[in-house]
Amino acid sequence: MKKEILIPYQTIVIKEFLRFARIWIQTILPSVVTMFLYIIIFGNFIGERIGEIKNFSYMDYIIPGLIIMPVISNSYMNVVGSFYSSRFMKSIEELLVSPVPNNIILLGYITGGVLRGFAVGIAVYVVVTFFTDLEIVNIWLTVFMTFMTAFLFSTAGFINAVFAKTWDDINIVPTFILAPLTYLGGTFFAIDLLPEIWQNISLFNPIAYIVSAFRYGFLGIEEMNIEFSILIITSITFILYIIALSLLSKGTGIKN
Amino acid sequence: MSENAIDIINLDKIYKNRVQALNCINLSVKKGDLFAFLGPNGAGKSTVIGIISSLVTITSGRVCVFGDDIQQKPELVKRNIGLVPQEYNLNQFITVEETMFNIAGYFGIEKRLAAEKIYKLLNQLGIWNKRKNTPRELSGGMKRRMMIAKALIHDPKLLILDEPTAGVDTELRLNMWDFFKELNEQGVTIILTTHYLEEAERLCKNLAIIHKGNIVQKSTMDEIYRIKNQHTYIVKTTQPLNGMPVIDDCEIDKIDSYTCEITTDTMSVTDIIEKLKYMKIDVGSILNKRNKLEEVFIQLTDD
Repeated sequence: MKKEILIPYQTIVIKEFLRFARIWIQTILPSVVTMFLYIIIFGNFIGERIGEIKNFSYMDYIIPGLIIMPVISNSYMNVVGSFYSSRFMKSIEELLVSPVPNNIILLGYITGGVLRGFAVGIAVYVVVTFFTDLEIVNIWLTVFMTFMTAFLFSTAGFINAVFAKTWDDINIVPTFILAPLTYLGGTFFAIDLLPEIWQNISLFNPIAYIVSAFRYGFLGIEEMNIEFSILIITSITFILYIIALSLLSKGTGIKN
Repeated sequence: MSENAIDIINLDKIYKNRVQALNCINLSVKKGDLFAFLGPNGAGKSTVIGIISSLVTITSGRVCVFGDDIQQKPELVKRNIGLVPQEYNLNQFITVEETMFNIAGYFGIEKRLAAEKIYKLLNQLGIWNKRKNTPRELSGGMKRRMMIAKALIHDPKLLILDEPTAGVDTELRLNMWDFFKELNEQGVTIILTTHYLEEAERLCKNLAIIHKGNIVQKSTMDEIYRIKNQHTYIVKTTQPLNGMPVIDDCEIDKIDSYTCEITTDTMSVTDIIEKLKYMKIDVGSILNKRNKLEEVFIQLTDD
């Protein structure tokens, strides 16, 4: 068990961790700088004019969203970039000719994405502590939601990498799907303050459930039912995992 | 336990673009063999190798490695195979040493043991002092050696070499031949594909030739020599040829005023020299135009 499963898993995870850690200026720092600017501009300059939302200052209200945003994009980009570059350089063949089970290959890449998600999330949180003395209400739920979010988007990134044919293809989903869903998912506003039609549309946005559940863990505000949000996020993650595993087993995009 | 390292049974491969790469091929390679798998470009060699090493999917048919079906027991089969692919598949951003440790990890080899194996292999292949370099900093020959080291880290019982000496200089090629022979003597079954037919002739005892997805020849190297008796010699004379010499049972083509090509299936080199001498033609040198394997290869794969 140890030799056949644990060593290969550990190898893939360390490889993936070193990949982003070595180039932290490209992988971790940009998100921290971007979120710092969001906090300064939206939190301080604009936030003071907006006032309070649900008894929190505007800056405190948007902080959970500002932390989860880079977790989403970094976990996604880590896996899509890493797996696609392995395909591009053909070094993925090293794994395909080895006896590593497909589940372990997939989990290894996802763990790499989750680690990067956590690394960025923690880095942004450290920056946030300079601007607010906000305390996390439910640390375990916050950590769980960070994990589930990173897991979900790492898996989605893997699926994107399997189908990508060019480097451009790995940027299409983050730019045209993830970014709009994130901005419309309640990061900067409360969904229940929207007109009813937009509230109903938001029910189809999975990122709205993520932001809501993460905000619940962070601030204790329940905007969407927390159990239902966790169920939705877990279900989507499970479905994406099954799809990714099936693609890997069939060899889609990696075997002729 | 099977006596064969590889059994390919009724193997078909049709790619998504509907190209039929393999047409119901059957092939066996005995354990401990050093087997040449030859064919022109696009014949299906790399497809067969890709299928054995799990990089290409099977359309229909079966492939067994040491008696185990690659589709039923893929993880077990992969433990026994080392692959040196034709194209470099190296991660360009990490060092030789790190790549080697990663591959050892994929095969479940613990770090301490992996370090010993890496030291031994990189030294044997003469690239130990390049272990801290990335593949971008290596020459073509060094990259080839790194590919071989990668394939051997887990001590495979079957080594598949897809054009392992392509693009390497003569000295390195000769060293590699010795290395492969030594591995084979240690009991490793080797399948070699190459465009250097001399390489196959020098190293291998048995061979198969594939053409347009069909196995057109499977025999021992000795049998190849018996198939083809025809030789083509290039004769250079010391003085200009006056007209075309005529020798019974020989086809003669004049190349230039000092050179002609003589093709025969009955006469020896000595006979030819004597006949030319009788015609007062002084032979400066006489060379065999092609080796026999080349002759058979061209005959079997010529459209």
